[in-house]
Order: sequence, then C-alpha cells, then structure tokens
Amino acid sequence: MPVSTANSRVIFDALKAVDIRLVSALPETWLVHLIRMSEDDPEMTLVRLAKEEEGVGISAGAHLAGTKSAMLMQNHGFLASINGIVSCAQLYKIPLLMLISYRGDLGELDPWQTQGGLATLPVLRALGIPTYPLADPATVPKMIRQAQALAESALTPVALLLTRDLMWEEPS
Amino acid sequence: MTPSPTVLANPHTERMRRADALTVIYPHLAGDDVIVVTIMGAVAVELFALGHRPSFFYLEHAMGLASSMGLGIALSLPRARVVVIDGDGSLLMNLGTLSTLARYRPANLTHVVFDNESLLSVGGFPTATSTGTDLAGIATASGVPSVVRADTLDVFSGAFATALASDDLTTIVAKVAAIGPTSFAMDLPLLENRFQFWRQCRKLAARAAMDGP
Repeated sequence: MPVSTANSRVIFDALKAVDIRLVSALPETWLVHLIRMSEDDPEMTLVRLAKEEEGVGISAGAHLAGTKSAMLMQNHGFLASINGIVSCAQLYKIPLLMLISYRGDLGELDPWQTQGGLATLPVLRALGIPTYPLADPATVPKMIRQAQALAESALTPVALLLTRDLMWEEPS
Repeated sequence: MTPSPTVLANPHTERMRRADALTVIYPHLAGDDVIVVTIMGAVAVELFALGHRPSFFYLEHAMGLASSMGLGIALSLPRARVVVIDGDGSLLMNLGTLSTLARYRPANLTHVVFDNESLLSVGGFPTATSTGTDLAGIATASGVPSVVRADTLDVFSGAFATALASDDLTTIVAKVAAIGPTSFAMDLPLLENRFQFWRQCRKLAARAAMDGP
C-alpha cells in the first residue's frame, strides 16, 4: 500500500513530542499507519470511534482532565463532526488538534472523495478554524509543535490537513 | 396512518421524578473523587438546584457528547469516579457512543440515562423511546457489561450505589416522568463552569500523582 510509512512515523513522533497521549480515530486509508502506531505505542491511548463527532467529546473530556489529545480523521469525518466542533470545542474553548486527511484534492482518483474535498477549506474558513497544510515531512515536527501551541494558547481547534504529497507515495 | 402526536400524549406523572432520583444520589455525587457530566436542560437545572460543586460539568449544548466527554475524562483520570447523566434524546443522537463505551469499558464510569420519552426542554416532543425503542436493550446489545433498568427510587438508589462502587462500566436506564423545572435559568456562565471544572480535575490529578501508582 503506497501510504507513506516513513511520513506517518514523522507525524506520530511529532505528536508524541508535544505530549499527545490520547488519539481518537476512525480508519481511513491514509491513516492506517498512524492508527497502527498509536495502537502499538504503550504510552498512547487509542480510542477507535463509531463516528468522528464522538472524538470531539472525548478530546474535550481529556483536555478538561489534563490529557493532551489529537483527532485523526478524514475530511468527511470532519464534515460529520461540525456540530460537536462548534457547540462543544469552540463554545467551551477547547484546544482541539485535528489531523485531517485531505481527500478529494489534487490528484484524487476516487470520484466519491471530490465533493468533500471541495467543501473542506471553505467550511474550515467559515468556522474560523486556523488551518494549515502538512506537505513536507521536514517541516512536520515544527508545524505540529506550533499548531499545538496555538491550540493551547488560543483555546481553539486547529486543523492540520494531511495532504497527498505527505501521505501518498506514488508507485514508481 | 395515524400521525404521531407532536407533544407527548402521556407525561407519565406517576413515574419516578428525575429531581427525586437526583436528590437520593446527590450525597454520592458530592463525593471527593466523583466527577459529574450532565446534558443540558432540566437535569442540569435540577442538579444545580441541589447544590453546585466544582466537580459538576453541565454540557450546555453538543447533544449526544456528554457520554463521550465522560469517556475522555474516565480514561484520563482513572482514579476518579466519573458519572455521566444522560437523557433519551441525547443518547438517541449518539447511539454509537454505547459501542465505544463498551469497547473501552472504563471501570470508573457510571452512565445514567434518565428516559422521559421526550425532548422535554423544547416542548415535550416524544422521542422514539415513547414508541418502544429500548435504550437498556441497546446498551446490552452494544456490549455494556452491566445494564440496569431502575424505575423506582429504591431500585435506582441501590443500583447507583452499586455501580459507583463497582469496578466495571454500568449503564442505568431509569424511566422518569416527563416533568421539569419551571425555569431553565442557571446562575453559572458556561465558561465559568468550564474553567472551574478544569481546575477541579487538575486537583484530582495532582492528588492522584501524590498518592503514587
């Protein structure tokens, strides 16, 4: 499977480095390695969800109880979580680090991913959520560190878009 | 075909009152190591009226997520005893939470569902539990290890004390009358509640750290 194991490791190590200790996730192709790494690491608690919006509540509870957490989800999972993001995370000023696989953008071959791809950035903007693409593995640790710093100081959700350039290795 | 009534045909005033059920368990909720998360509406107002504590968090929106918050807290503070007070309308919005709770089975979580068969706070519109949906049955089928139906004050009080003291996840479903307070006003801004609750959780975490593993 051409999902990048090496770049998944860079992302996972960067999450560990900022003391993320709980990850909630719903599987999607680009996230398989990250989910497996979260499951295999005894210092990380992985919560597998039925629907992504649950993860907003879990992260809010974890934050109030002193645990740093992150959500791993596809952009369609983000779209499915919006009320939770607005009326739990934003209303209650919860720092919520969201790693969102950015399907349906440049190079997408699956037609069913494209409508959500088109909607993702406009919806994030409409919600006023600081949003940054992750594309270059060399900058990932710093971007994750800075995103978590902003989430905690501004008490806001922050979205990091996991792009095809970062997550997918085209077969040569 | 007969259309469903737009308001609950029978508020079941003969049933246990939620306010009375909260009164009998309040001494437990006020325990030093107990954390409480409630949904919005009548139950929040009734618990607040019994006496607010910094360990009480009232989720004033985000319907369905109180139990998810409880899971996040229970996993983060394994020494605390976490009580989620849910309702039929909220739980029906997030039935998947029962499968997630059952999957991670936090030993320190007690999940109370007051089922008044209606969305009381918005005018008493009937929920699917009024036409036979069985939340205790769904909890059992989702894999929640201990599920109790508690429809009288005595049974509820005993079931709650047992669940709180036990080392396993319990869901208690209590049928209650569809009656609530006359006013839903609470003299507690939601962000004040949020930061106060966060500080209280920090105290519990610090105490647990001092006690050692």
